[in-house]
Amino acid sequence: MSLTRRNALALGSASFVVTLLPLNAFAASDETMAAIKSFTGGSAVSEGGISLTTPEIAENGNTVPIQFSASGAKRVMILADGNPTPGVGTFNFGELSDASGSTRIRLAGTQNVIALAEMADGSFAQVAKTVKVTIGGCGG
Amino acid sequence: MAKARVKAPKTAAAGELVTIKTLVNHKMESGRRKDGDGNLIPRKIINAFTATFGGEEVISAKFEPAISTNPYFQFSFTVPATGDLVMQWTDDDGSTVEQTKTITVA
Repeated sequence: MSLTRRNALALGSASFVVTLLPLNAFAASDETMAAIKSFTGGSAVSEGGISLTTPEIAENGNTVPIQFSASGAKRVMILADGNPTPGVGTFNFGELSDASGSTRIRLAGTQNVIALAEMADGSFAQVAKTVKVTIGGCGG
Repeated sequence: MAKARVKAPKTAAAGELVTIKTLVNHKMESGRRKDGDGNLIPRKIINAFTATFGGEEVISAKFEPAISTNPYFQFSFTVPATGDLVMQWTDDDGSTVEQTKTITVA
């Protein structure tokens, strides 16, 4: 993308608006809520039982290392609330697995990363972490 | 297509939790980037990863475009006995890459 004067102004005002928004942990977008609903089937989601490790500040949104662990989980879904499409990945664990993993993800900007787990007993747990992104990673 | 690199221990004790690190050389084109003429570059990512040990599923994952270029994935599992860890990555175009690592229980 070539940075014209018009683009620069638009970017500047957009980032200004973003900083004004309160960083509420569960002010998730409609798409994110829909993805959570399709994962849980509408069941109640509790806190705890799953951990998500993210950097507090990611300089480069193109590769943000994340690590999740949900002992006893059957499935884990990772969502990036502020990306153009919230889905990041879904992981199914077999008997031998310890239901953990780590990977590197793209984040378009400062946002919440949400991890949801379906436990072996059918209950659901979630955790959200805010990651500040200096340079977004979704092309342009 | 892509080339996969896997780091896995060659030997393990029975019941030991081992960590496997995997990295695939792949652009993971998200489908949102534009080329010089402003046309969208079509999406081309690795959309699935599976790992089995001795025929039993260890982990299977569905990747979205939000997974970074050169997808790195690390996971752990308990080794019950000597066997082959078979890992497979599936591209959007249907092609697959497979890697097998034998872990020997001493």
